[in-house]
Amino acid sequence: MVFSNLVKVAWKAVILNKLRTFLTMLGIIIGVGSVITMLAIGEGSKQSITAQISQMGSNMITIRPGSERIGGVRIDDGSQRSMTLKDVEAIQKEAEFVDHVSPIVQSGGQTIHEANNWPSTIYGVYPDYLEIKKMELSKGSMFTERHIAQSSKVVVIGQTVVTNLFGNENPIGKTIRFKNTPFQVIGVLESKGENTWGQDQDNVILAPFTTVQKRIMAITYVNSIVASAKSESVAQQAVDEVTEILRRVHKSDGTNDPFRIMSMEELLSTANSTTSILTTLLVAIAGISLLIGGIGIMNIMYVSVKERTREIGLRMAVGARSRDILLQFLTEAIFISVTGGIIGVIFGITAAKVTTIFTQWPTIITGSSLLISFLVCAVTGIFFGWYPAKKAANLDPIVALRYE
Amino acid sequence: MEEKKPIIRIHDLRKEFIVGDETVRALKGVSFEIHEGEFVTIMGTSGSGKSTMLNILGCLDKPTSGTYELDGVPVDSLSNDKLATIRNTKIGFVFQSYNLLPRTTCIENAELPLFYHHGISAEERQKRAIDALNLVGLQQRLYHTPNQLSGGQQQRVAIARALVNDPVVIFADEATGNLDTRMSYEIMGLFQDLNRQGKTIVFVTHEPDIARMSKRTITLRDGLVISDEIYEHQVDAKEELAKLPVTD
Repeated sequence: MVFSNLVKVAWKAVILNKLRTFLTMLGIIIGVGSVITMLAIGEGSKQSITAQISQMGSNMITIRPGSERIGGVRIDDGSQRSMTLKDVEAIQKEAEFVDHVSPIVQSGGQTIHEANNWPSTIYGVYPDYLEIKKMELSKGSMFTERHIAQSSKVVVIGQTVVTNLFGNENPIGKTIRFKNTPFQVIGVLESKGENTWGQDQDNVILAPFTTVQKRIMAITYVNSIVASAKSESVAQQAVDEVTEILRRVHKSDGTNDPFRIMSMEELLSTANSTTSILTTLLVAIAGISLLIGGIGIMNIMYVSVKERTREIGLRMAVGARSRDILLQFLTEAIFISVTGGIIGVIFGITAAKVTTIFTQWPTIITGSSLLISFLVCAVTGIFFGWYPAKKAANLDPIVALRYE
Repeated sequence: MEEKKPIIRIHDLRKEFIVGDETVRALKGVSFEIHEGEFVTIMGTSGSGKSTMLNILGCLDKPTSGTYELDGVPVDSLSNDKLATIRNTKIGFVFQSYNLLPRTTCIENAELPLFYHHGISAEERQKRAIDALNLVGLQQRLYHTPNQLSGGQQQRVAIARALVNDPVVIFADEATGNLDTRMSYEIMGLFQDLNRQGKTIVFVTHEPDIARMSKRTITLRDGLVISDEIYEHQVDAKEELAKLPVTD
């Protein structure tokens, strides 16, 4: 039989049993719909985590002091004083895959403006810090190399600090005090909100590195170093390069480096693998309902073959070959599963949108998830339609014609 | 009988079935020829082997041994797919219980065999179905479904379906078995008309009055031909119909 005729015959059979067909389709609709919704939720949370991490600078490399033995005594990571400006300079000069680098010294304390005070952290950094952290200024300007050379008492403050110290007042040009040192506010950072771990990224005070290191903390080392790779694609090369440079500076053989280098790439892949596991789990559950939908098709096709035994006998008597009968019932099964699949896709997209509206979870529907669901449907139709169709095709026309 | 092209030629046809441990011999060596333009009835009591005979003649079943030529083609050893093609192009079937597709119009029922015939367009199918329905006098019922038709009309649709592929022979299996006398005679009148137009018809029945309306009767008993009678005078179904008392 020609393809168009097959579709016509299948359509006819479906139309004659509208309710039954619809109920069978419902299994597929729910199966496909939930697979698509789950994939959309998985993809949505993955992309939102990725977006948050790259907002922090996805090509950012953080270097912290590591544990070190001093005369056989192991010293805790955080209390290390092994990193200095020499490391920063070495990276600046030698690393090819790194375009920005900045030392960090940080100190927590109370910030005061007139009658208001607020606990915050002051970071002593280079102007490059903004580039590395992907921060923007909303008002004023960033301090410059000249401010660093002169250890100027100027700061750029985050939105949380502005709100708590100044309210609606314009802070530019005003003075704040941090640990009894007065600073002039020259810039305000664009708000970044909370990061993935719920930490407020706006409760910061940025000041010239030299000012904080010498005037406030009176130390000679740096707490950590941040750098940015030229692009995300060379992030790993940049990490390797920086590792090599620092080993040379610290004369380390690599067995127990006095520093630790972390890239955002690692963080990203860890976060992604977590969401992937979750997505797989959700899709597996949704897949089970698709399987049940498929069994529903198989069931209804068996009923259909049984019911239409005489019709099958007649078709064979007037010239249908086994293959024609097989294709007829297979087409019917695929018709049900694919139509169910299309409705399921629409249902899944709608459900994902509704989920976003009610729960604020980000959902993203990818073309590949639609394509995969659709193909799975067609395969489900073929797989579960095959046995009933084969049963029909193997009927003996003599027996089938006289079947009561 | 004048020399005409043989449509059916069977020689020493045997058919055995295995039921449990027993072998049932349904046909024990049957031979005859049916020529173009003949109207033959096959008679016999139940168990005589006439159903088995018809299944084999209709290419629905294969003989255990013996030869069968249909329209010059030896069909006794063809594959199932080839037999399906033979049924599709050379044979028309009419069954006792009509076997129409429910909730399907007369046209769609009549055009069914053409669905399995490649290279026939939808328009051509429809045209030939309408022609066949005209031939059986159902031009007013083209879009009716079987449940809107009387038994006789349903059987006419089935006959139209058997005619639509222009077969070399029409096999009717107790085609009047579900009908009352009046409708039976009407249907027989239709078969006689078709026969006069040159159609070869093989009709299985166990009713002697129906058999008398054909031109020849082959009688089977216990798997063997016991008589093969050619009628000199064919009973005209329409005359018989006119003789029936009008009851209302």
